[in-house]
Parts: sequence; C-alpha cells; structure tokens
Amino acid sequence: MHDLLLVGGRVLTAEGMADVDVAVAGGRVVALGRELGPAREVLDCAGAWVGPGFVDVHTHAREPGGEWKEDLATVTAAAVAGGYTAILTMPNTDPPVDGAPTARYVLERGRAIGRCTVGVAGTVTLGRRGEALSHIDDLWDEGVRVFTDDGDVVADAEMLRRALAYIGDRGGVVAQHAVDATLARGAMHEGWVSARLGMRGIPAVAETTIVARDLLLVADTPCRYHVQHVAAAGCIELIARAKDRGLPVTAEVTPHHLTFDHTEVLAGTDPVFKMMPPLRTADDVTAVREALRSGIIDLVATDHAPHADHEKDVPFEEAPNGVIGLEWAAAAVNSAVGLDPERFFDRMSIAPARLAGFDEHGHRIAPGRPANLVVFDPTAEWVPSGTMSRSRNSPYLGRRLVGRVRWTIVDGTIRHEGAASRA
Amino acid sequence: MKSFLDSEQLDRPTLERLLDDADRFREVLERPIAKVPTLRGKTVATLFFEPSTRTRLSFERAAKALSADTMSFSPGTSSLSKGESLKDTVQTIAAMGADLLVVRHRSVGAPARVAAWTGLPVVNGGDGAHQHPTQGLLDALTIRRALGRVEGLRVAIVGDIAHSRVARSGVFTLATLGAQVVLVAPRTLLPVSVEGWPCEVTTDFDEVLETLDVVYLLRVQTERGGATVFPSVREYLRRYGMTRQRFARLGPDAVVLHPGPMNRGVEIEAAVADDPRALVLEQVTNGVAARMSVLYHLLGSPEHA
Ligand SMILES: [Zn+2]
Repeated sequence: MHDLLLVGGRVLTAEGMADVDVAVAGGRVVALGRELGPAREVLDCAGAWVGPGFVDVHTHAREPGGEWKEDLATVTAAAVAGGYTAILTMPNTDPPVDGAPTARYVLERGRAIGRCTVGVAGTVTLGRRGEALSHIDDLWDEGVRVFTDDGDVVADAEMLRRALAYIGDRGGVVAQHAVDATLARGAMHEGWVSARLGMRGIPAVAETTIVARDLLLVADTPCRYHVQHVAAAGCIELIARAKDRGLPVTAEVTPHHLTFDHTEVLAGTDPVFKMMPPLRTADDVTAVREALRSGIIDLVATDHAPHADHEKDVPFEEAPNGVIGLEWAAAAVNSAVGLDPERFFDRMSIAPARLAGFDEHGHRIAPGRPANLVVFDPTAEWVPSGTMSRSRNSPYLGRRLVGRVRWTIVDGTIRHEGAASRA
Repeated sequence: MKSFLDSEQLDRPTLERLLDDADRFREVLERPIAKVPTLRGKTVATLFFEPSTRTRLSFERAAKALSADTMSFSPGTSSLSKGESLKDTVQTIAAMGADLLVVRHRSVGAPARVAAWTGLPVVNGGDGAHQHPTQGLLDALTIRRALGRVEGLRVAIVGDIAHSRVARSGVFTLATLGAQVVLVAPRTLLPVSVEGWPCEVTTDFDEVLETLDVVYLLRVQTERGGATVFPSVREYLRRYGMTRQRFARLGPDAVVLHPGPMNRGVEIEAAVADDPRALVLEQVTNGVAARMSVLYHLLGSPEHA
C-alpha cells in the first residue's frame, strides 16, 4: 500500500513531461506509471503539473530579531502554501548570520518546526559591515553554502576579491545585492515617473556598475557568483557575456520585477510598490521576462520581505523596501511569463536547489528520490485575499492571478492543500 | 472637489472658477474689515511637518478672513519626535474636530496619504519636490491680474526645476490655462525626463528671453549644495540670473515673478527685485486670496453645504 498516489497529472520526469501517475511511500517516490496499486490517499492531479517542489533562495524570515514582521513558523507556513518545499533564509537578521551560533539557531528552528527544508545563507562580512570576512569556515561546517550581505552590497572591491578567493576555494557561492549605495539614495527608479513626482531616483546604472565590476573580479578570481534580484535590462547583457566566457555566474529575478513597472508608483505613491532594486521600466520588465525564458537569468527568487503595517503605511519615501511573495510567486511568474512546464520547474525548483545546495530538492521525478513535490494547476484563476505570513505588504493581494498550488508534499507528507483541491 | 492635492488633476473650468472666486476674495481683502462669514463654525488645521512660516501664515490668514477657526501643528513641540507615527498624529488631530487639513511634508505623496487616513479634505501645502498646488493657483492669479489673461502668454520658469514643487505645479497650472511654458535651467537642475510635461525645455536663457511675457525665477537653493550642481553662484547669475541687462531686453509689459524668499544677487539682481514689474509682493497678497478660494471650494461652496 502506497502512502500517496498522484493521479492524472502531467509529470516532470527524466524523459520530459509525461502523463503518468506517481506513487509515494516512506517519504520517497517509489513508482511512475499507470495502475500503480492501492494508496492510503489518492490526489486528483487532472489538469495540473506535477514537479519538484519550488525552492526559494531569497527569503527574509526575519528570525532572529524581527519577529514582529515574520518568524520561521509563519514563513514556512507561507512557503508551503506557495508550493515551496525548501527555502534559503537571508542572513541580515539581528544578530546577523555571520558565525555558527546564529546559523545553528535558524537551522535547528527550521528542523523543529518541520514544515519544509530551511537552509540559511551566511554573511560575507562580519556584521554585514563590509570590513572583515565573516566566520566562513564555521558557517561552512554548519552547512552554509551561500554567502551574501544582502540588503547591502559588498562595496569594497578588495573585500569582495578576498571573499571570492576564500569562498571560491571552498566551492561556495557569493551572492551579491548588486546595487551601488552611492547611486541608490533615491526611493524609486530614476525616470520620467520619478521626475514627474519630484522623487529622487535610483538609476539603472546603480545595478550595472556593480555587476560589471564584479564580473571583472570574478574573471580574475574565480568563484561561483550569483546576482540577486536583477531589475535593470543592462545587467542581462553583462551576465550573458560572462556566461559566454564560461564564468560560473548565475542570476535571479523576483516575481514583482517580472510583473510591475515604475508607473505603478505614479497613482497614489503606494509604498507597497517600494522595493530594492526599484520597479523599473516596461522595457526592463520585458527584458527580464525574456532573460528568464532564455535562461540568461537562471531562476526566480521571491525576495520575500515582510514588514508590519505600521512600518509600511507611511509616505513612500519613508517606507522600508520590500514585499512578501512566497504564496503567490509561482502564480505571478506563470501569469507574467507563461513558461512551458520544463522551463517553469527549472527556474522555480531545479536551478534554485542547485544554487543553494539543497540535494534533496529540485530533481526530476524518479523512483528513489525524496518526495518533495508540488502539484500546480497552471490554468486555475484566483485572487489572493489573505496570507499565512505575519505581514501583508504585497501588491498581489486583491489582484487576479493564473496558476495555483493544489498540493505541496514535503518528504512524502502533504504540507499544504489548496482551497479547491478536492472536488 | 474633495481635496486639493495636485495641479495635474485640475481641469480648466475648475481652475477658472477658482481664479474667479479668488478675484472676488482679493476685493474682500482690500475692504476696511477684510472678513466674510463664509466658513463660520469650520475649523482649519495647518499641519506643517516641514517648517515654513510664510505659507502657514498665508493659509491661516485665508482661513480667518473666511471666519474659520484655525489650529496649527508643527513637529518641533509634538509627540512625533517621541516616535508617534504620521498616521497616528493626523488621526489624533482629525479626532479633535478639524474640518480640513492643510499639510506640508517633506515626503512626496504625504498629503494624499493623510487624506486617505483621515477621510478629511486636505490641501497640499507642499510635498517634497512634488506639488504645491496653491502656489500654482496664486501664480496664475497674479499673471491674470497683471496681464489680463494667461492664455497664449509665454512663461519661462527658470532655475532649479528638478527639485522644485513650485515648478511642477506651475507648469501644469499655467499650461492647463493655455500658456506656453518653457523651462530654463542648467542640465544639472533639469529633471531627468520631462516626458508628459506640457512645456518646452532649454538650457539657453538668452535665446528665449525676448519672446517672454512672464519670467518666473525659482529660488536657487545654495543650501542644497549648489557647488555640486552648478559651478558657482557668480556663473549662475551670469547665465541664468535676472540681471538688469536681461530685464532691459524683456518686452515693456513683461513681468517677473518669484515664489520667495528671494536670494538677491543670485537668481535676481536687487534692482530688478525692486522694480514695479517684479510682482513678488503682489504674489503674497494673491496667495491669501487664492487660498481663500480653495478653502471656500472645499468647505463652503453650496455643493458642500
Ligand atoms: Zn537584496
């Protein structure tokens, strides 16, 4: 007797998409095919895609130190509701994850909650101050593979060069929040909308100058290097050229940068549209969509960034950056870009799992693999109206989206069941 | 009209009604007892989160001339410095029984958020470098009273356009009323884009000077760190300042406006500032009349009775 039988879906297998059933037992996929025998629970996957659970490499869980915004219990609830079976939390907590104790705290909390896999990124520099390397080896021994000062750029070129050398030697990833702080003192994209509103802008070169410099450094000191939340079209050409030259470079884009442009700020200056990097032009949106389709941008990352109402409900220029997004990221990507299922699971699950080093996630479905799965209906329409997160700062609330998670399965256990999943 | 937030939103009939009523209130201000009972029993609160004595005084004078009561708030003495949020502050003031709020704030869009939070009519008294719509109205009033019309006039707005809410309100107000507006500034003081602005742009003041009916000089904010956006005050005056020589090249009926406070010797030479065709004090008086008109339209006109 199987534990679960996923019946009638289109499944991402080693041979491509196939109309087969999937049997799960003992936390693993045990068989693909038809007439797989009885199961304790049968899930009707008709009309849906069955693939590896989504993996987010850019989650701000806010724990420790920001629990009024979010914590690991609420963020993992949001994650599984959005089809995620693994998340990598960002190290800009208080205290930051710059040594073993904080890393161990986050990982143990994640395991104790037990809802999905929780990994943690470490900081590049101690206290995210950009002055000295963090405890890279101690972090490495806790299982940390991705290092970033996210929220801030590693600005000092010599500092970054040392990080690339040290982390590169160990095979880790340096992930850069690629925004030049001296060019990013504004609140929104520098363009006709910021000019019209009289708001100080953040030009696209705030991103491209950092990416261009960093890629020269990576060519000089090889290390896996990852560009976080690409928003400016100009970054894409730089990344494509680096990849052509064989540099170990990857890049991510957020659902909101695939969906919205800076004109959203014009009507009402609503801080729900304030993020870093800022929403850029319609041409930039087109460019990041195309780059995600072509694979120049490797993957989608949510940059799930919770803030409490009282922090976000202020004038635009005074509001903190960021939006939440785990629960509707897949729907937003599906609505904005409309990827075929092969690419969809590559950008949402396979590439992010590879980057974060989540070995149990992001594999094509095959017998023997851990059953970390998502059943995603690419045609279901819905309007997000609430959230499992502790915060509600999202422009997608109240907006019609296409594509909805029916089930999220972590280690063979159903961790989320969509509202209308069983007829 | 529920609030007065933004010059871009105003259509020509609305602007002309506001100007016609401002003309009538201007006459009231010239009476021995410069007061009408129009807003008796109403309370106007001025909330200036960014200090500006002259604009606050102008609004309070306007409210009192309409017999409204006034309350005033400024952050120095308030609990805002004790960490109270803007939302809580304005809701507290609304709960005290204000009927209308005049809001000045350094952040773009703050008056609109205050309107949403309180549900009260709000007059934008200046938000960051975004809008200052009563300034746009008083400038249009001053031009119309001096030259008899706005339609068809050529108006140059000269100076720090990029950081000026006066310029943003001026462009849209004057263009809606049919003026041809041209922005004049060095490259570093122009906005990065004027896409969608109903105006021309030039960096060469002397090239357009003789075509102008109105020259609107903006205050050059040397305290913004002028050195980083133009080489020196001396060079600014030479290329963009209203010198006596430039003033002499204007047509005989052309007028000069300035929102105040003036930097004599920077954007305007003293002799020009004191010329009868420099309408700076006229703008100040018209400011009271224009603000009376706005308060009247939001609180006192029959549609709001
Ligand atoms: Zn970031």
